[in-house]
Amino acid sequence: MSIWLTISALIAVSGALYFTGRARVRALVRGEVASLHSKQEYHGAYLLIFGCAPAALIGMLWVAFSGTITEHFVAGQLGAEFDVLGTDQRAIILETAREQMSGTVFGQITSLAEKAAAIYREGTRLVNSFFLVLALLGFSLGTIMGWRRITPQLRARQFVEKAVLYLLMAASGIAILTTLGIVFSLVFETLQFFRFVSVSDFLFGTHWSPQSAFEGAGAEATAARNAQIFGAVPVFAGTLLISAIAISVAAPIGLLAAIYLSDYAPARVRVVAKPVMELLAGIPTVVYGFFAALTVAPFFRKSGESFGLTVSSESALAAGIILGVMIIPFVSSLSDDVINAVPESLRDGSAALGATKSETIRKVVLPAALPGIVSALMLAISRAIGETMIVVMAAGLAANLTINPLEAVTTVTVQIVTLLTGDSAFDSAKTLSAFALALVLFLVTLTLNVIALQVVKKYQEQYD
Amino acid sequence: MTDFSNQPESANTIHTGVAARRRLKARYRSEWIFKTLSFSAIGVSIAFLLFLFTTIFVQGWPAFTYNFVQLPLELNETTIGNQNGISPESIHNADYDAIVRTAIRAQFPQVSGRSAKRALSGLVSPGAPVLLREALIEDPEQLNGQKPLSLPLSDFADLYLKGQISHSEYRTGTAPVNIEASSGNFQISGTALLSALKNFTNPALQGAQQENSAFNAGIALDRDMPSILFYANGGVLKLETLGPGFASARALLPLTLTKNPEVVDWQIRLIEVPEANRNFSDQEIVWTDALVERQLVQSQFNTLFFTKGASREPEMAGILGAVVGTALTLIVTLSLSFPLGVAAAVYLEEFAPRNRWTALVEVNINNLAAVPSIVFGLLGLAVFLTFFGMPRSAPLVGGMVLALMTLPTIIIASRAALRAVPPSIREAALGIGASKMQVVLHHVLPLAMPGILTGTIIGMAQALGETAPLLMIGMVAFVVDIPGGFTDPATVLPVQIFMWADFPEPAFQQRTSAAIMVLLAFLVAMNALAVVLRKQFERRW
Repeated sequence: MSIWLTISALIAVSGALYFTGRARVRALVRGEVASLHSKQEYHGAYLLIFGCAPAALIGMLWVAFSGTITEHFVAGQLGAEFDVLGTDQRAIILETAREQMSGTVFGQITSLAEKAAAIYREGTRLVNSFFLVLALLGFSLGTIMGWRRITPQLRARQFVEKAVLYLLMAASGIAILTTLGIVFSLVFETLQFFRFVSVSDFLFGTHWSPQSAFEGAGAEATAARNAQIFGAVPVFAGTLLISAIAISVAAPIGLLAAIYLSDYAPARVRVVAKPVMELLAGIPTVVYGFFAALTVAPFFRKSGESFGLTVSSESALAAGIILGVMIIPFVSSLSDDVINAVPESLRDGSAALGATKSETIRKVVLPAALPGIVSALMLAISRAIGETMIVVMAAGLAANLTINPLEAVTTVTVQIVTLLTGDSAFDSAKTLSAFALALVLFLVTLTLNVIALQVVKKYQEQYD
Repeated sequence: MTDFSNQPESANTIHTGVAARRRLKARYRSEWIFKTLSFSAIGVSIAFLLFLFTTIFVQGWPAFTYNFVQLPLELNETTIGNQNGISPESIHNADYDAIVRTAIRAQFPQVSGRSAKRALSGLVSPGAPVLLREALIEDPEQLNGQKPLSLPLSDFADLYLKGQISHSEYRTGTAPVNIEASSGNFQISGTALLSALKNFTNPALQGAQQENSAFNAGIALDRDMPSILFYANGGVLKLETLGPGFASARALLPLTLTKNPEVVDWQIRLIEVPEANRNFSDQEIVWTDALVERQLVQSQFNTLFFTKGASREPEMAGILGAVVGTALTLIVTLSLSFPLGVAAAVYLEEFAPRNRWTALVEVNINNLAAVPSIVFGLLGLAVFLTFFGMPRSAPLVGGMVLALMTLPTIIIASRAALRAVPPSIREAALGIGASKMQVVLHHVLPLAMPGILTGTIIGMAQALGETAPLLMIGMVAFVVDIPGGFTDPATVLPVQIFMWADFPEPAFQQRTSAAIMVLLAFLVAMNALAVVLRKQFERRW
């Protein structure tokens, strides 16, 4: 069934409910709508809510549980043949069955998987029809109940407003759900990862080459090896190196640009410069990445050659500088806000003492705005650490432990992308390590953000 | 009293003495330095932006045109029809590879040898037969040959015609030279040839000339030397050896001599890049030139780029698949994040009691806005794909991930817009008996809508440029077909750019830049819309 058909059917049903409810209450008072407690539209919405809410609830249950129920059904039907298999094997069979149903399966299929697919299809059909019947039942019961409750005295408006309020509340809960989803998925997979590799090996090991994790020899055989190849220090060091280069480009340029825009720029310049900064911020990072990889990196390599230096074609320098350019507008717009928030009276006072403009900025405005600037820089660092496309395209893959910006280093985000875009089983140590890296990334950026907010809260002088 | 007359002067020395003046000058200088520095920060940003745009534009612009060849095709009963004559079925099944091959070989009947023939067929894109078939299925009328059919040249032939393979220099012969054909080769003699060669300033040739003291020993022009082509009598020769006063050459296009030997008028051409360093041989260059001379080649607007999906052949690769994928993804994103974002903003701004829970939600939203986008991709991978078992590479999942990502942006912008509606509106509505919900839905929200829409468009622009989270949920798949629905495998424009950037062919680099231009055009259009909305509808209270 096409999605558009479903949507239009839903709209048609909702419209029908709404108009039925309205007609019902109008019929009850014989068209004298003035005698109603609530306006007739609210009665329409009342019936709509009564009819749709149970069905929607059942729909949500279907989304959440139909897969699991089907899998249990398949396991039950397959019986002993299936029960003897290990968890991994079972998961693979179920996965193949699911893929076969959506027609995206490749390669050889075992007879068991074939059987499972047939049962899976049957099970899906059963579960779907079960939920469909349930939803229809809920819909009709709700509609009948709503229909019978509609009276001229019904406080339909209060009911509808309450329902809308709950909807709004639920929407604002999505943010919490998202955060919980992020935390749980990262923590869950990371815990899985730490069954293969110990926390200290991961955090303090100095050799990172997950691609050499050879799966298939059994976990026992590779445990010692896992301890050696999942040392994330080179990855963290690479991230720090590239972020440091980026911030040493972005901090001075962004800050000076903010100073120029807020204190020096004549109106004509500001009209041009502000949109340019916004444009820089709006360019997709993949464009910066393309530019870094195809224009900047070869340029650095060639100019390095002419000075007799060997510059890697995936040097940290090229990626870092372009990353820095990307966060210039970020630094400048945040610092612009802070600098503008310094009251004019401070500047006037300084000028009255005979200070030049630059002296005023350096000795009065910047100290007053310092907490805000520090927080802006921390946010910029967190942005640089989390940026993905530029480094994926311009930085290297090999995890070298070096502080030489002319060599290739790798970063956390690059590793996450490389580890998860390949084809490998989802629960291998290799793919799970990406989640461990992402958890570290998430925690670090979160900490930076929290500290940045705290710095402003604690140290920013309150004027007025 | 003697000091009295000096007093004003000593007072002056504090402010206008030599040291003071120097101090002042230094202060002004540092003022100037600071101002210049801060201005140059802006300058650097603008210069970078210009440089970026120029690079992309210069690289991407040629990809918007393409060179097509109109070969006389043999489309008749024997090539298209089967035993029942020409039918839709026979059009479907005909061997178009053979038709295109025959057509291009008919242009150069003298070509013999397997590899030479293959090189000749390679001048036309491998996608040409497919296009021919599509064109005929769509409009069988074209079989009668009234309208010439355009087929794309190969990507390197196209690059050559756009002047991106190698630079060439021409010299016209000042005096006739003598040509003699002997056993398949040609001998050219005459001092005019040598003096014409000396005019070229190619260092490789000059070095060779000096070393060999004017070709006394003779130099072999092998694949690592610049190529020299000799044009005369409508034929083309490639010089293979330069000797004292003569050169031996091989024919690339047949050269007919009325008598042997013959004295001819001639022209030579130097192709700077050695044959070994390019992917387009001298022979291919000569063939392509001949096709151009016969007026069979036309540079047209590159419609393939806008009507095709992904392909391994650069000339057959287009962005339509990615654009459709982007549109589907953004529809999902918009239809999720706009209602949810506005609802959350309305609740938080208008209804939420000030308590811990609301504070938590607010902190949460602000933090979500700063979570790296790739983490959202991992969320999508772990929750949507693995837990809920949704299809990989689908615009539905991509849209959901992007919706979660843009939600904070939309919520923050919507709250700002709601806050900007003055309390007097709310109080007036409450005053005439509206309920709180009616105040918000009937009065505040409509007034805040322009601001909310502006924020939404900016959020959508963000989502449009986002790549990393989509890589995580498998939207990097190589998708040839144009996606038709929300659960079909698809890719999006930024991911397409990312994938093309990895391909080594120079024609793909052009296409990457062209795709970036399209992406930037969309972004600029969206941001312009946001600006117009803000200018047009924003009210200052």
